Amino acid sequence: MSKKTLVVIGNGMVGHHFLEQFTSSPAADDYEIIVFGEEKQLAYDRVHLSEYFDGSTHSDLAMGTLEWYTGQGIQLHLNEQVTGIDRETRTLVTPRGSYHYDELVLATGSFPFVPPIKGNDSPHCLVYRTLDDLDSIRSSSEGARTGVVVGGGLLGLEAANALKSLGLQAEVVEFAPRLMPVQLDTDGGALLRRKIEELGVKVHTEKATTAITEGEDARLRMNFSDDSFLETDLIVFSAGIRPQDALARASGLEIGERGGIVIDNHCTTSDPHIHAIGECALWEQKIFGLVAPGYTMARTLSAVLNSDQEAAFTGADMSTKLKLLGVDVGSIGDAHAQTPGARNIRFNDEQAGHYRRMVISEDGKTLLGAILVGDNSHYDTLLQYALNGITLPANPEALILPESQGGAPALGPDALPETASICSCHNVTKGDICCAIDAGCSDLGSVKAETRASTGCGGCTALLKNVVDCELEKRGVEVSKDLCEHFPYSRQELFHLVKVNGIRTFRTLITQHGKGHGCDICKPAVASILASCWNDHILATDHVPLQDTNDTFMANMQKNGTYSIVPRIPGGEITPDKLIVLGEVAKEYDLYTKITGGQRVDLFGATLTELPEIWEKLIAAGFETGHAYGKSLRTVKSCVGKTWCRYGVQDSVGMAIRLENRYKGLRAPHKFKMAVSGCTRECAEAQSKDFGVIATENGWNLYVCGNGGMRPRHADLFATDLSDEELIRTIDRVVMFYVRTADRLQRTSVWMENLEGGLDYLKQVVLEDSLGICAELEEHMSNVIDTYQCEWKTAVEDPEKRKRFREFVNEPEQKDPVQQWTSERGQRRPVLESA
Amino acid sequence: MKARTCWNAVCTIDDLVPESGIAVWTKDGPVAVFYMPHWLPALFAISHTDPFSGANVLARGITGDLKGAPVVASPLYKQHFNLKTGVCLEDDSVMVKTYPVLLDGNEIRLGIPEDQREAVAA
Repeated sequence: MSKKTLVVIGNGMVGHHFLEQFTSSPAADDYEIIVFGEEKQLAYDRVHLSEYFDGSTHSDLAMGTLEWYTGQGIQLHLNEQVTGIDRETRTLVTPRGSYHYDELVLATGSFPFVPPIKGNDSPHCLVYRTLDDLDSIRSSSEGARTGVVVGGGLLGLEAANALKSLGLQAEVVEFAPRLMPVQLDTDGGALLRRKIEELGVKVHTEKATTAITEGEDARLRMNFSDDSFLETDLIVFSAGIRPQDALARASGLEIGERGGIVIDNHCTTSDPHIHAIGECALWEQKIFGLVAPGYTMARTLSAVLNSDQEAAFTGADMSTKLKLLGVDVGSIGDAHAQTPGARNIRFNDEQAGHYRRMVISEDGKTLLGAILVGDNSHYDTLLQYALNGITLPANPEALILPESQGGAPALGPDALPETASICSCHNVTKGDICCAIDAGCSDLGSVKAETRASTGCGGCTALLKNVVDCELEKRGVEVSKDLCEHFPYSRQELFHLVKVNGIRTFRTLITQHGKGHGCDICKPAVASILASCWNDHILATDHVPLQDTNDTFMANMQKNGTYSIVPRIPGGEITPDKLIVLGEVAKEYDLYTKITGGQRVDLFGATLTELPEIWEKLIAAGFETGHAYGKSLRTVKSCVGKTWCRYGVQDSVGMAIRLENRYKGLRAPHKFKMAVSGCTRECAEAQSKDFGVIATENGWNLYVCGNGGMRPRHADLFATDLSDEELIRTIDRVVMFYVRTADRLQRTSVWMENLEGGLDYLKQVVLEDSLGICAELEEHMSNVIDTYQCEWKTAVEDPEKRKRFREFVNEPEQKDPVQQWTSERGQRRPVLESA
Repeated sequence: MKARTCWNAVCTIDDLVPESGIAVWTKDGPVAVFYMPHWLPALFAISHTDPFSGANVLARGITGDLKGAPVVASPLYKQHFNLKTGVCLEDDSVMVKTYPVLLDGNEIRLGIPEDQREAVAA
């Protein structure tokens, strides 16, 4: 039997998704497949189009590869526009020839709507949909200063982001009274507007453009119906989309009154051999301008062409979760409460910039819709309630209240029904994930590969991980808390073994309580425990092989094998003489010099051999090691305090120096930082530190467990108006409790969050001595402080220890040939070679 | 032509650090020598160059055993290398050179191929 021919017109996201679905179905064997694309590129991800201006290329955004098309035997005609369809003879015509089809799929997408404004065809009036459009915008932006986007919807704000990343001053002009009128209500729109304006994008609402003329101060002038005007160098129209139905219209297919190719539940048009999917299709008078419903249509049509009688497109969820110009926006279901009897619960924190609205049914039992602006962390939970009709708790407001006000924790993956949709891009349910796990997938990666979940927009990544972890755990796949293959204990348990049994070496510990010889996980962890307990020198013979290279050589290794040096500058206070020494040493050894964020000086590019020589000079000038290499206290940052500052109420520098000298060198599960601010203006940024101290009229307020970095966290207020001695005693206890009970490489924030009872529990232990251990914690701390030594001072004075600092032990004069240097901005830096 | 191996004395036992590595310079470039007193034999030698970064740092990594094999972890990006075979545990298409090494009295001797080109030709 000769094969039939299936032609797909349109090679966008939905067209490509259809091909992926169809080629892996049984019916693919019966068809030759021909694809026509009007653009010259292969299908690409339009959802992330603005990344094109952040350096992404077509191949980064591409949905598939030419190899894939070839491998599937698909004839691909890019840059070839279909100009006519003859339905009687089932042929279609392009400028290059005519082609027969047995089944035809229209996936022609949409085109941007350009409002009928006089002058809308002027040069520098552009649209935003294709890569070609983006190239035009880029070339128009040359020599331009400002750009206006007409349209404050989802696509318009994306376009504004694109203009911003081109370095233009971007403005948005919207006809409606608020931004994103389809997804948001008045309060949500107002908050979004405020946030976007804070990012430097000006917003004009209720503006109807009447004409575009030549500008005086810029290339163009937009005249508005209220007689105001706005000048700009380029205009991008993004005022909605219109279905690309011209070809279907010309061939006599049924078209909706306001455009769109009419389809039935089988994605079939008024001609049984012609089908339509994606944004060009009109289903029950609705156009779906999102990618997920288009994918659903693609899947439906593939099933229909496989003679699946059950397959039907029955509408799609239009909920969206986005980051627009960096601002979280979410809209779920009946966001505008159009269901009769619907009731609203609103939470609006103008201070934090969070707005959340729940629309619930008259009986209060189900969630109909929701709006989120400023924080999408509640989106996944709300969406699951709405999509699956899960009965709301008795106090539904808890779902949108901040957690500190008694908000409910997120809906656990266990509470989701099997039918819950986890990934809407690829229509993967919790049931599908369970099947994949039962079929042998034993980790997140293999579940993703098997089900394709989370490989679309990626919005469900966190939820997917939770579901997979939970299901694995239920199936008895143990999530091991063992440190590594050598010790069947957690860090806290090991700490206890070391302390109680008085164990002083790694070898004793592993012989008595572990197996094998150790590894780069357990050795540094045990070294840290031993240091916290007994405080021996880290280069004592027994401890040397346990340390990470940074601890072994007491400096920070950089990418070419050289080290950086950070001497301690307590509280950031330094005399001119000492500063001069730093400069002289840096000059002598040609060290690249940079000020750190912790009010210190970092000297880069020292070789192993140079380290002890450099430290001899620094120690002679009164410097000590800064432990920038250790899992230990880094710096205590301070503002200048009441000594100089007209606002300061306490001596913040003095307190910072006292704290830094007290805790320096203490080994902990991870690095920790402190800061002291002299007044409530908080110039030392203490609330972003593990331990933050802020002066009050009456003493000090202590904040704990904050951090910057990848997952910043504000510190929590722990105690108020403490005297100097009270402050130090409280910090002693918290630090030592952390050292004893935290997991390996666990920062204070995660440690505290994982303590059962959290902050309140920590307060009970430390402030009320609920465990009766405070005296012991203080004594332990005092022992550590009494045995402090500057590791570098001890090392340079000991010839045996200095032997370690030889680049090549047999050839003292041999330089490392890999370390090549060049100069940049007046300083030396490594030649960067990709190895 | 058969390559000859030259047993160069590179350092003494006092230069070694138990359960750790040191670097020596040879005609074949930088080599890392590890002394693992709990293994038999107790000496291992591999290239000092970390193939992932190109930097000469492997002697400064943490040693240990994983799944029964002696390993060193690169101090830069933490990949593990089998000290016997030189094969990277995370990516077995990557390996570092290994060298025969022995203790002769107090001296550590490395087996370095006499002439690299001849060694390759052979």
